Amino acid sequence: MSTTTDPQQGAFRLSMLLNDTRYRSATLQVIAAIVLALTLFYLYSNLAANLRQAGLNIAFDFLGAPAGYDINQTLIDYNSQSTNFRAAIVGILNTLLVAFLACITATVFGVIAGVLRLSNNWLVRKLMAFYVEIFRNIPVLIWIIIIFTIMIAVMPGPRAFRGDDPDARMILDLFAFTNRGVYVPGPFFTRGIGGADGSWVNWALVIATLIGSFFATRAVTARANATQAATGIRPNTLWINLALWFVPVIVVLFILGLSWDIPALKGFNFAGGLKIGGPLIALWFALSIYTGAFIAENVRAGILAVSKGQTEAASALGLRPGRVMNLVVLPQAMRVIIPPLISQYLNITKNSSLAIAVGYADITATLGGITLNQTGRAIECVLLLMAFYLIISLLISAFMNVYNNAVKLKER
Amino acid sequence: MKKSYILGALTVAGLSASAAAAATLDDVKARGTLNCGVTTGLVGFAAPDANGEWKGFDVAVCRAVAAAVLGDPNAVEFVPTTGKTRFTALASGEIDMLARNTTWTFSRDNDLKFEFTGVNYYDGQGFMVPKELGVSSAKDLDGATVCIQTGTTTELNLADFFRANNISYEPVPIETNAEAQQQYLAGACDVYTTDASGLAATRATFENPGDHTLLPEIVSKEPLGPLVRHGDNEWGDIVRWTLNALITAEELGVSSVNVGEMATNTNNPEVARLLGTEGDLGAMLGLDADWAKRAIETQGNYGEIFAQNIGEETPIGLARGLNAQWTDGGLLYSPPFR
Repeated sequence: MSTTTDPQQGAFRLSMLLNDTRYRSATLQVIAAIVLALTLFYLYSNLAANLRQAGLNIAFDFLGAPAGYDINQTLIDYNSQSTNFRAAIVGILNTLLVAFLACITATVFGVIAGVLRLSNNWLVRKLMAFYVEIFRNIPVLIWIIIIFTIMIAVMPGPRAFRGDDPDARMILDLFAFTNRGVYVPGPFFTRGIGGADGSWVNWALVIATLIGSFFATRAVTARANATQAATGIRPNTLWINLALWFVPVIVVLFILGLSWDIPALKGFNFAGGLKIGGPLIALWFALSIYTGAFIAENVRAGILAVSKGQTEAASALGLRPGRVMNLVVLPQAMRVIIPPLISQYLNITKNSSLAIAVGYADITATLGGITLNQTGRAIECVLLLMAFYLIISLLISAFMNVYNNAVKLKER
Repeated sequence: MKKSYILGALTVAGLSASAAAAATLDDVKARGTLNCGVTTGLVGFAAPDANGEWKGFDVAVCRAVAAAVLGDPNAVEFVPTTGKTRFTALASGEIDMLARNTTWTFSRDNDLKFEFTGVNYYDGQGFMVPKELGVSSAKDLDGATVCIQTGTTTELNLADFFRANNISYEPVPIETNAEAQQQYLAGACDVYTTDASGLAATRATFENPGDHTLLPEIVSKEPLGPLVRHGDNEWGDIVRWTLNALITAEELGVSSVNVGEMATNTNNPEVARLLGTEGDLGAMLGLDADWAKRAIETQGNYGEIFAQNIGEETPIGLARGLNAQWTDGGLLYSPPFR
């Protein structure tokens, strides 16, 4: 479209705001912004007026008051005398925990199903198509409830483990699968800092050791690469790397006196060890298989987007199909897979708010459920919930976009 | 594109939110039905029967108010609410009154700005356990897994009770009574706790009610009663005095059977005032003279409602206990009709 570039003559007239293409778009945007601001102001004043009429106000004091209720899964210290704010933090950590776990497993399921859906094996291909179509097209809430109900109905209660000839037995005398959750041996340190109860410092030491091992093995690999580049002979690094991974951490664990707390029946429940609660398992598994089906389609699309010539060229070099997929096709497919993967991770995080259906204490259940209900501060709680999910979603999006920028095709 | 933004914004602005809280009585009359919040289903208190008709102790209160105000006990729209949604439904005006075994507490009355119009059931929180566990006292429940309806006063009482007795438990939060029942029966929790009346009602629906026992401890006071929004005192009075009329009717021996006869030939002036043959109590409420008569005629007096829905002759089998008339040593005490 060609427009005249001659400078307009004459003074500025008000009608030019609408008639002149130089100003028109700005004018309309300003009008839209004013209308939007007025609308928001109207909605806010309406809310304020209605609240005033009902004798209510907006205040966040309730966050500092004792919550008064207990939570069944807490990653930090919490009891019924803790504040509502701490209950919200417990909920936030639980949300992040299940979202993190589900993102990992959904990715694993998705990549496997997506790759296998393109398999040459008819049965495998159809099975995966079956999985994707079934799980993608039934709402996730239904899956959560189905899995939780099956868990409760099929797995034995702790009572079944009691008696001389119990109906259910612990597997290897170490693991107990009950309808309240899975009990596994829990590690603790007998000589650790802070006594047998231990403190987080012990685990920080272990993690620091593993990080050290990671950098050491990277250095070994870099050295091997340099040697190979210089001499053409690649030194065998397998044993050195295995030693670097295992020896330091075993030594650290031995010094701290690692021991295992085996779950055992005590009173009404299993006591000791680590408990992975039934609600967490149901929610985690349901989110994983549901979102995994979507990710499978992303992966399939990504693989199909890679030119068939790439596969053929790689095969012509004599690579076997598995290596063709891992070394040639998937790295290129990643560029197509990552952007939709970001929204799947966001979906997992947001869908985790369905946790209350199975009694998992996420942020929607604590702040947006019990606290809201006990204090009656609905508007404040929902505002805080919205802020939390918004911040988390933007953060996930930001981090994943950084990763996307790192792996996407560099065009120069 | 830009135009559509403006239009969109105008549309939103045009949707003005709720008008000022008008008189609920006028709204109900204009609508022709009473919107009454009840539980999602608790047999004996409020649950649809086989024909889909709502029946129960709380339902009768809704129907009595509808009979008094609209002249028709069936002009009620029952809105099922959960422990979490009930207050929002009432505060937002979705329902005109809530009759849903809701505990009268200080903060609900003052902080949430509701108005409790009386107590129709004096209750307390109890515990139900399977007999095979061999537990005889709630103090033996150390380490137990407890199913609890989330967002209720029982949730807070539970935490207080275990804390006060220095024993631990693991809460399993659930939304509705039906879910709690399912998890309790599957053994996903050792104990189910809620109001003792609710436990009895739930147990009555079990296949083998005898396998489950209610522990002797009652750990809280739970005065349950209907409530309305704060600020509409006329409407609050109607609900309050309808409930009082049912209680007074039992005290004065007025029942659904003899109400017609009592209205015409009684020599007790309070009965005459209650049933509208003397004085103008109905007009003071903004209703006609027969308001209380209709409520009693269609629903029966308090004692009849109790006996029909939750009394000892029903599967729920609750004794009157605290809910007997004050003249029989109970707590039911209606202010006089004069």
